[in-house]
Amino acid sequence: MIFKWFNAEQGSAVERFAKRDRLNPLELLPWILAIAAYYVFPSYLPLGSQILLTILFAISLDLALGYAGIITLGHAAFFGVGAYSAGLYALHVTGEPLSGLVVAAIAAGILGLLSGLVILRTTGLTLIMLTLAVLLIVQEFANRARPITGGADGLNGIAMLPIFGVFRFDLFGHTAYWYCLSVLFVMWIFGLLLVRSPFGRSLTGVRENITRMHSIGAPVRRRLVTIYTISAAMAGVAGALLAQTSQFVGLATLGFERSGEIVIMLVLGGIGRIYGAIVGVVIFMIAQDSFARANPAFWSFWVGLLLVLIVLFARGGALGIADNLVALLRGRKK
Amino acid sequence: MSALETQLLCKNFGALSVANKIDFRLEPGARHALIGPNGAGKTTFINLITGRLTPSSGIIKLAGEDVTALSQSGRVKRGLGRTFQINTLFRGLSVLENVFLTVCEREGIGNSILRRANARKDLLEESYALLESLHIGDDALNIVRELPYGKLRLVELAIALALKPKVLLLDEPAAGLPSSETAIVFDTVQQLPKDIAILIIEHDMDLVFRLANRITVLVQGTVLVEGTPDEIQHDARVREVYLGEGDHG
Repeated sequence: MIFKWFNAEQGSAVERFAKRDRLNPLELLPWILAIAAYYVFPSYLPLGSQILLTILFAISLDLALGYAGIITLGHAAFFGVGAYSAGLYALHVTGEPLSGLVVAAIAAGILGLLSGLVILRTTGLTLIMLTLAVLLIVQEFANRARPITGGADGLNGIAMLPIFGVFRFDLFGHTAYWYCLSVLFVMWIFGLLLVRSPFGRSLTGVRENITRMHSIGAPVRRRLVTIYTISAAMAGVAGALLAQTSQFVGLATLGFERSGEIVIMLVLGGIGRIYGAIVGVVIFMIAQDSFARANPAFWSFWVGLLLVLIVLFARGGALGIADNLVALLRGRKK
Repeated sequence: MSALETQLLCKNFGALSVANKIDFRLEPGARHALIGPNGAGKTTFINLITGRLTPSSGIIKLAGEDVTALSQSGRVKRGLGRTFQINTLFRGLSVLENVFLTVCEREGIGNSILRRANARKDLLEESYALLESLHIGDDALNIVRELPYGKLRLVELAIALALKPKVLLLDEPAAGLPSSETAIVFDTVQQLPKDIAILIIEHDMDLVFRLANRITVLVQGTVLVEGTPDEIQHDARVREVYLGEGDHG
């Protein structure tokens, strides 16, 4: 397998280019590891579910930030709206989980569409500030709308029905783990199709040079609003997974911290490549866990240091480092 | 009917007038040069035509149709293509992808989500063939950011050509190029189909007089004179502008 990987670059330029977006066997590795983790670490399943839904959140951010270059610090707005919608839906309509995901996706998507139509007219610092503003507005609304959201107490007493009427959510998180893994898998397939489609390619064009994108006739703003909406809906699904598996929704789902952390995770892993989301979240969460155990009061210092090192010396994140190593090995073979 | 026409086109930035009542016609198949001293408003004029800038007043027509209110992409769909004076490329992508993205937009598949982009081998082959014709086929898979300046100018031209425009605006395509690459640009423009109308901004007078069959001189946002290369060469006002402003030619 590795051998094939090293020799992938053969044939005419067009053939080599066309081959690049074929599925590489290595891309199945995360899924094998995730399934193995279920059997190897049965007592860590709740953390596992957290990691899986955070990966989904990071992938949603990667679509907007990594591919389309929409710099945002407010992505938790969509995560939180998804969580609250799923929670409210389970409390007041039905505890059926899959329709809850759909409701969350639609609610977060609508917020993405409406806010995107307004704020995506801007770029750079203005855009960052506006994404923050949207987050703060939603946050304050959730805080004040006590009768609906429970304010600072959050939504309690969410009861979920079994998935497909068969698989009950259990205390140990077995069902929740498989549930999160399956949803993440479906969303990953969707994300892959998206970024390899002409639409996804055009997003990288927007990121690389928006002026040129206009001048080759692309409806740039419509593309940006579209991907922002899709990304928001996906973040909403991640939030819904949290609401459904933890059966609680609090204001922290809309926290600025969540917005910032998810960007850090993505940068650690490498932006604009889907797998950066997976690697970054895993690195961050494991680092957080082990740093915190060694030095409970001081762990964020080490995460910060790691981030500084990555940004200074390895712009492509962890996967960028891996790329360079592979290139080095290939060079040596020749 | 002109391929491109402007009527009383004006653009003001506050009190500064950078385009002043420009009446301009680009005939089908024309090889028309736009010259003038630095800061004359040549690039501004192109930005007004393509819709990057909104005119303060006046009308822009493409093939007789008023496009003044259209977006940039709407004008590109009607056959308007351009190059930039300062390289405006997808720097993090390969040369091939720079052209391929453009071809995808031209074919209108940029919104499609459900199929792989690379499955369109025909469009990839077309993109590659275009690179070969500009002698940069060997660089197809190289990242634009890593290429020397001369080759970037050719990628710039390749993107504009990939649109298969009916009206092509070239903003100093040979700026800063060594003579070998200037020749490639010159030959490529020479070999374009005769029905494409071309407007070229260029400081290299040698290139201008070899390419153009019509020349417009722009000074301080105003058309000073328009005519055949011969007329321009012997026009006293043009000489005065160029000699008075120092040697830009």
